[in-house]
Amino acid sequence: MISHLPILQVIVPLMAAPICLLLKRSQLVWLFSLFASAIAFIISVLLLQQVMTSGVISYELGGWEAPWGIEYRIDKLNAFLLLIISAISTVVLIAAQTSIEKEIPKEKHTLFYILYLLSLTGMLGIVSTGDAFNVFVFLEISSLSAYALIALGQDRRALWASYQYLIMGTIGATFILIGIGLMYQMTGTLNMQDLSQRLPEVAQTRTVFTAFAFVIVGVCLKLALFPLHLWLPNAYAYAPSIVTAFFAATATKVAIYLLIRFTFTIFGLSFSFTTLPLQGLFLVLGLTGIFVASSAAIYQKNVKHVFAYSSIAQVGYIIVGLSTSTITGLTATLLHLFNHALMKSAIFLALGAVVYRLGNVQLSSFNGLGRQMPLTMAAIVIGGLSLIGVPLTVGFISKWYLLTALLEKGWWPVAILILLGSLLAVIYVWRIVEAAYFKKPLAGSAPVKEAPLFFLVPIWLLITANIYFGIDTRLSLQVASAAAQSLFGVSP
Amino acid sequence: MNYSLEVMLQLTIAIPLLAIVGIILAQKTPNIREGITISASILLLFIVASLYQSLLSGKNVNVFWWDIMPNLSISFSIEPLGMLFALIASFLWLITTFYAIGYMRSHQEENQTRFYSCFALAISAVMGIAFSDNLFTLFVFYEVLTLSTYPLVTHAGTEKAKQGGRVYLGILLSTSIAFFLLAIAGTWFITGTLDFKQGGIFNADVDKTIAGALLVLFIFGIGKAAIMPFHRWLPAAMVAPTPVSALLHAVAVVKAGVFTILKVCVFIFGLDLLAILPTTQFLLYLAGASVLLASIVAMRQDNLKARLAYSTISQLGYITIGALLATSSGVIGSSMHIATHAFGKITLFFCAGAILVAAHKSKISEMRGLGRQMPLTMIAFFIASLSIIGVPPTGGTWSKWFLLMGTIETEQWVLMVVLMVSSLLNIAYLLPIPFHAFFSTPLPEKHDASSSNHESVDLASSVDQSQVQIKEAPWPSLLAIGITTFGCLFLFIYPQPLFDLATAILASGQ
Repeated sequence: MISHLPILQVIVPLMAAPICLLLKRSQLVWLFSLFASAIAFIISVLLLQQVMTSGVISYELGGWEAPWGIEYRIDKLNAFLLLIISAISTVVLIAAQTSIEKEIPKEKHTLFYILYLLSLTGMLGIVSTGDAFNVFVFLEISSLSAYALIALGQDRRALWASYQYLIMGTIGATFILIGIGLMYQMTGTLNMQDLSQRLPEVAQTRTVFTAFAFVIVGVCLKLALFPLHLWLPNAYAYAPSIVTAFFAATATKVAIYLLIRFTFTIFGLSFSFTTLPLQGLFLVLGLTGIFVASSAAIYQKNVKHVFAYSSIAQVGYIIVGLSTSTITGLTATLLHLFNHALMKSAIFLALGAVVYRLGNVQLSSFNGLGRQMPLTMAAIVIGGLSLIGVPLTVGFISKWYLLTALLEKGWWPVAILILLGSLLAVIYVWRIVEAAYFKKPLAGSAPVKEAPLFFLVPIWLLITANIYFGIDTRLSLQVASAAAQSLFGVSP
Repeated sequence: MNYSLEVMLQLTIAIPLLAIVGIILAQKTPNIREGITISASILLLFIVASLYQSLLSGKNVNVFWWDIMPNLSISFSIEPLGMLFALIASFLWLITTFYAIGYMRSHQEENQTRFYSCFALAISAVMGIAFSDNLFTLFVFYEVLTLSTYPLVTHAGTEKAKQGGRVYLGILLSTSIAFFLLAIAGTWFITGTLDFKQGGIFNADVDKTIAGALLVLFIFGIGKAAIMPFHRWLPAAMVAPTPVSALLHAVAVVKAGVFTILKVCVFIFGLDLLAILPTTQFLLYLAGASVLLASIVAMRQDNLKARLAYSTISQLGYITIGALLATSSGVIGSSMHIATHAFGKITLFFCAGAILVAAHKSKISEMRGLGRQMPLTMIAFFIASLSIIGVPPTGGTWSKWFLLMGTIETEQWVLMVVLMVSSLLNIAYLLPIPFHAFFSTPLPEKHDASSSNHESVDLASSVDQSQVQIKEAPWPSLLAIGITTFGCLFLFIYPQPLFDLATAILASGQ
């Protein structure tokens, strides 16, 4: 059983999805999905433990040996990602039933859970597989279910947002497929380990350069790196709240994982960052992304838009961390993957609670909410502080590591820019705080009650995690730095 | 014995936090709630005082909580400068609590539970700052202090309070994130440690340009020290209720700023290095400019609290100058000025609050002739003014004397002139207030009541009658004023313990 964990990680949610069809009753389906996701979470914990103690796990799918068959390869990096994805998915699902009762018509509830589980399967699959083509397959599974999930949003604009995402996402996936195809043409293999060994021989060919360009652009579309981010704000704003909370914490993270996997493992550090100018490119795009997206966040009227733009800015921080191409920089990136997932899922879940009570998240609806929904608003404030990077929250830890990485490189001006960027976060977070605590509720609006318990519990679980991992960084830091070291080939 | 000292050190941070729990539980019964605040502050003062005794007997106390990141720990220790700050803050918390009860009740403020809770949280943060063993711990509590005082500044919840809160939080958070954090990260990157160490943590062969740049980042980043051009938050924060202005903006918050500057100068850079950095001179002149300009601006303020706020900015400049002079007299003068200015300024703010509560006046021009109705308040105001100016028989004499000695020793003639001119300006903007109160008659009531601030608007109809009936403020407030005024005088007559503590700063840890 233990030896089959890598495949069970993916199979459990995949099999759970069709079973949902048989269960029919919405409450039952919810409990079952929650159960499946929780099992996936437990598996990921076991996997992480195993990887940290005894090193890389290689699993041969169907018993076919590695270069020919599909290999599932769990190392520290993807074990960390599996943990993030399955944990967030489980916590978010706790609130799912309460939230979709208001946002999605009853006959579509089962469909929602099926899509949710398929999307989870896709993400877990992308992360755990060691086969480049398999990545594409799972990418399509998660993306197709994502388009449908977003289209379930109650606002009619959700359809348009989903369509935009569909077009951009398909272009991205196609680019990745072309890249993988070109690599296959040059090396005759699809296994990542194999690719990483064979690519250096043909590294100086135009085909490999082209393959690299296609893969990187495709992945950057998926992770919404500026200026390829245009699909993201509307997709996040109009999707059902639960979907936003789940995707904001995981979808872009998976794409960033792919970026790291392709640049570090498959193409290799020296090819990606020395032969090709990825370093300068990422630095410039990351920084521009931080400033453009944070400034855009300040001017949004819909609070989901505010935090969607903030997500794009956070991707900027992650990419700047990558661009240093040092161990510290990569550690900062991985830490921020974890920490940002905690912040954003908490914030978007709290916004889901606001939607539950108010029906929308326009900034003007937040007026006076500090008194009416004190716990929910307190969660948004703490999440916001974490986003700003105040000490004792996770945001500070990632910021500190990013700063150290930049200073290590001697990039003082970049360090200053990063800090200035986080001041923009102060502005967009404080607009919401002022609305909630200083403005009187609009005249004639009905009094609002605090969010139901099924919202408060997961929200505060995540907020507690935000503070806990800001104080006790042993787990996140240990795993992140071990993963970064192994990617650089340094034995910890 | 040592073990219990460590527990006591942690209690200084924990007691205010525990008090918050009590305050929130007892929010329905104001008497019990205030009782909890008072008992907590008495207990805190007692513990800090016994820690002071153990410091005198030469015991070392170190507390290590945990590593947040490798080599970056939350840990505490006791040294003379922190002790000085903790003593002042805990003593004045007790006094301010008495004052606040009188003030908040007679003013019938709302949300008093939130007020007392945030107040206690702020004191907890101050204790954390005072006893922090490294710059990282200090930074954590520095930010906690900023955030916990924000609800106090915006207590009134009005549009004006919101604006003030924006400036307050904006400047303090921006400077600390953009400059202070960068300076800390830079220091950590260069030296590999953030521990406070006698003589500094930089090697002698450190690049002077980089260290100089870090010093600039520190001075600008510690926005709580209100060095121009990052001083705007202090006047903006005056929208807060008077007890908040008194404790937080004359003692806790601003003193946390200059305390941090002193700590950085003495224990991070070390005086030897500080004296030869290329940017020190520039920063000295900047602080000097801050002293003079703030004094000049203060003269032009008609709102009493605004005038006191600018006076604080100017006095904080003195302390920064003393730290940057990098001599022992400078450091002694600065640390003594932290104490003497705290007592002087808190008295002045108490008086301003008493005048507001009893006479509903906030403008200096309306206070003529008030001495006859509120003689005690005005006498206290007079004595505290003397202390700020720095003339006998008040404590301010000694600290200003040492600061002046510092400028002479280092032959900073420009700064010497600045300090003396500024003292003259202090006379010009402080003394006329009690003088007119006692020796002038009130101006005839010709202004429209609606032009004065909102507190007096609702009372505008009764202004004429109340003119005759103005009495002294309620007794708890008067008691508080009396104690702090006595403190100003006491520090002149018996400055020895303060002086010993200040001299010990440079001797500790050797």
